[in-house]
Amino acid sequence: MIDIKHLSKYFDNQKVLDDISLHVNAGEIFAIVGHSGAGKSTLLRCINGLEGFSEGDMSVLGKEVKHLSESGLGELRKNIGMIFQNFSLLNQKNVYDNIALPMKVWGYSNDEIKIRVDELLNLVGLESKKFVYPKELSGGQKQRVAIARALTLNPKILLSDESTSALDPNTTKSILELLQEINTKLGVTIIIVTHEMEVVKKVASRALLLEDGKVIGLGRIDELFLRPDEKMMKFLGEDEELPKEGVNIRLYFPSNVSYNPIVTTMARELNINFNIVWGKLEKLNDNVVGTLVINIDEQTSIVIKNYLQEKAEVIWEVI
Amino acid sequence: MNQYLIEFYEKSFGMKQVLLEAVIETLTMSLISTLVATVIGFILAIILVIADKEGLSPNAYIYKSLDIIINTLRSFPFIILIIVLFPLTKFLVGKQTGTFAMIVPLIIGTAPFIARMIENAFKEVDSSVIEAAKSFGATKFQIILRVLLPEAFPSIISAITLALIIIIGFSAMAGTVGGGGLGAVAMNYGYYRFDGIYIFWTVFILIVLVQIFQSIGDFLYKIIKH
Repeated sequence: MIDIKHLSKYFDNQKVLDDISLHVNAGEIFAIVGHSGAGKSTLLRCINGLEGFSEGDMSVLGKEVKHLSESGLGELRKNIGMIFQNFSLLNQKNVYDNIALPMKVWGYSNDEIKIRVDELLNLVGLESKKFVYPKELSGGQKQRVAIARALTLNPKILLSDESTSALDPNTTKSILELLQEINTKLGVTIIIVTHEMEVVKKVASRALLLEDGKVIGLGRIDELFLRPDEKMMKFLGEDEELPKEGVNIRLYFPSNVSYNPIVTTMARELNINFNIVWGKLEKLNDNVVGTLVINIDEQTSIVIKNYLQEKAEVIWEVI
Repeated sequence: MNQYLIEFYEKSFGMKQVLLEAVIETLTMSLISTLVATVIGFILAIILVIADKEGLSPNAYIYKSLDIIINTLRSFPFIILIIVLFPLTKFLVGKQTGTFAMIVPLIIGTAPFIARMIENAFKEVDSSVIEAAKSFGATKFQIILRVLLPEAFPSIISAITLALIIIIGFSAMAGTVGGGGLGAVAMNYGYYRFDGIYIFWTVFILIVLVQIFQSIGDFLYKIIKH
């Protein structure tokens, strides 16, 4: 669906995107994550040609973006909806006219527009706000209108640029649920740019982590979040305080075992006491995964390692 | 006291005809000038917005040239501009004084001002709204017509109201160097003949005109602004 190869971009000799390669599959929700200034929004804007790039290739829906003419770019954008952090609605137009705008631009008839807008109002749950102006809407409602507008032309891809960053946690949740619904029901591939880890964990199946324009992580989110490497830990701002003495063993609980009483079972079966020194549980795509670090002395660690070796359902490592 | 009042009434009544004609002249000058200056200013503003370095088709050469012309015209004191433009006015209208002749300097003097005001109204439109329009494939022309114009429209109405009021003031000023209207009456009857009652009535009528147009402008802004 989207194929990016060795993409780089310079702003006045400064490299803002550095050799980025990635592939987005049709039908997935893909997240581009990074702190502000990491280049994530710039990368997103390269996908629909709102920004150009200096080196590399980017193929979107089978078309090489950098070779497209202005009209070719217009055609491509017809297939790519986009939503923004501050909603970007026309304040002088009511909800209906805002949603209808892309269709008007593309010369659809009023009858077609009317049917489509009603459909979309129904999808985003704003039938009662049809003729209301944006200033009378809440942030969440505005974003729903923006989502409806982004979907009017039946796009195959939806780009979301920090679309929940201006919203409170509950509204964020409801917008994310709407995006998930659009993804599953309409089969729209969604690319989310965000700095909020919670957003990524909730909806994305895969993620790209950007820092200073460089890729520091790419993969399935359970892998990224459950077994973060050093760079990733730094990125997430997590540092563990582990005891210097004894042996620290980290246990990973994938979603299928996170509800099982593994640790207590082990303690009881081996009749050993150990210290739990670090741990956390996380919800990724509605699955719970977790890690736990236990501390024991050198001798007992052998017994535990053997036990864990046999019980293959837990992934573990000595740290 | 009573005698002064009676004199005031009598003299005022005698001015009726002169003042009425002057009001009509002032309104003709101001409204025609505002209309034409708005059209010219609007076109200039569109060019500025397109050519701006963050515009739809940045062109530093066009922007800078227009920018300099607009700033130059705006730096003229209006009275001086009228005099400087005498030859042009004579060429265009056939004479350099009178109500219709004054329309030329009024337009040239205020179109750059209106251009700047409308340019600012366009610039106030949130750039992310323009980006959104680009994201669904709107062309430059469509962005101007369907996004910039509707979004900036209330501010443009305010700008035109402001321009009309400035033009009424300028047209009164034009009366002192050969233009017609209330300014000429105040000058000829009030100042040269030292007749305070003429001054009173011209100023009074100007205040009323300004109040009326400002109220209309505010009312329009209120009903179209969402």
